[in-house]
Amino acid sequence: MNSICVGILALQGDYGKHKEKCDWLGVDSIYVRSSEELNRCTHLIIPGGESTTISKLMKLYGMVDELKKFGKEKYIWGTCAGMILVAKKVDDTRVENLGLIDIYVQRNAYGRQVDSFITEENLPLIDGKEKFKLIFIRAPVLLEYGDSVTPLGFVNEIPVIARNDNVLVSSFHPELTPDLRMHSYFIFKMGKKK
Amino acid sequence: MEKGSFEVKVGLAEMLKGGVIMDITNPEQAKIAEDSGAVAVMALEKIPADIRKSGGIARMADPEIIMRIQKIVSIPVMAKCRIGHFAEAQILEALGVDFVDESEVLTPADEQNHVDKHKFKVPFVCGARSLGEALRRIGEGAALIRTKGEAGSGNIVEAVRHMRLVMSEIRKLTVLGNEELMAEAKRLGAPYELVKKVAKLGKLPVPNFAAGGVATPADASLMMQLGAEAVFVGSGIFKSEDPPQRAKAIVEATTNFDKPEILAKVSSGLKEAMEGIDIHEIPAEQQMQVRGW
Repeated sequence: MNSICVGILALQGDYGKHKEKCDWLGVDSIYVRSSEELNRCTHLIIPGGESTTISKLMKLYGMVDELKKFGKEKYIWGTCAGMILVAKKVDDTRVENLGLIDIYVQRNAYGRQVDSFITEENLPLIDGKEKFKLIFIRAPVLLEYGDSVTPLGFVNEIPVIARNDNVLVSSFHPELTPDLRMHSYFIFKMGKKK
Repeated sequence: MEKGSFEVKVGLAEMLKGGVIMDITNPEQAKIAEDSGAVAVMALEKIPADIRKSGGIARMADPEIIMRIQKIVSIPVMAKCRIGHFAEAQILEALGVDFVDESEVLTPADEQNHVDKHKFKVPFVCGARSLGEALRRIGEGAALIRTKGEAGSGNIVEAVRHMRLVMSEIRKLTVLGNEELMAEAKRLGAPYELVKKVAKLGKLPVPNFAAGGVATPADASLMMQLGAEAVFVGSGIFKSEDPPQRAKAIVEATTNFDKPEILAKVSSGLKEAMEGIDIHEIPAEQQMQVRGW
């Protein structure tokens, strides 16, 4: 097995927080701002940030086709803005999404910043031991998903984390908490059977 | 379910990292900013260079304009209130703005006290010229700190001065012994608990952005290399000859702040930057940075 190298798309957003979590797990990780950097990775995290900004920069740096290819062969995890970017369908044409997972996503679906919230929830499919602290910042909502997609957790009956074979999405921000279980799931467990 | 907590407020500031927040005065400019890759827009009545020129009292923007801007863009909308003017802040919160900038660019409403920002659900950003000032604002509840620089000057020198001082004072704290921290808190005029926290973290407990005088892609890169985590651009975009072109170039420069080849490319062939002012030509009483403490 090739050794793991986690890329963190560093065009805009809280990529530094994801890097910190990879460092804590002792996993090699690099910031990705070009196709060359992307091709050195086995995994890619698309962080939270502004999906319109990240989308424009992806296109500007000619990374769209490479990202689509990467998303078919290797592991991608999109958090918040990242979830919007990997979705098959988005309610807003300002974002050019990559279409890597069969989900329909609505941007800023909970409202403005004053509606951003923190809650706690069990996510037994990720790790059954303790509740997760889930931080939602101007978060998107996963409205619909296809047969190839498995939801892995809910808040008020809305799926907040889901996956297909190799693409993971979450509408909350595990990178803003000290909890490493989500990163550990993505890096070490995604490759195994569901 | 918890809303409006300090952690949720800082969360949005985290999402803005590596991005450019642009000053705008109407929905058309807001659209240009979003199309150019801004991570947020800052709504105000006049941009700082025009405030400086016209004089008089500068106040919060008209709520109607703010609401029109909120309708047209999907990125966060920020707006400025006067220092200490908590009623303006309450109005902005009621409008659902995503961030309030308690800003020295507007005419202060209270020369003694800043807004008690803990009382609000909306997050606040405040300007600072030193670590003590940054920690006083965080003590009052600010979720994001930016340099003051000298707004509307087109001159980066003051933002550099403020960022260098803040970073240097942070570095100093990390090497002091525990017993020296109270004396340092006294010298800085900063809350002791926050001084201890910074000494331990080696950075501010909230994100730290640059503002005040950014006019070129190189200015944005300079501030990022000095430790800023994102950049506010005030007059630098809409006072330049070709705002969309300059806006896009500054966005790219902020993402690739450490790649000189890309900076060279995006800096090439840009139309005229805004006209700048030498800081020594601005009389002390007309400097915006001395407002607030």
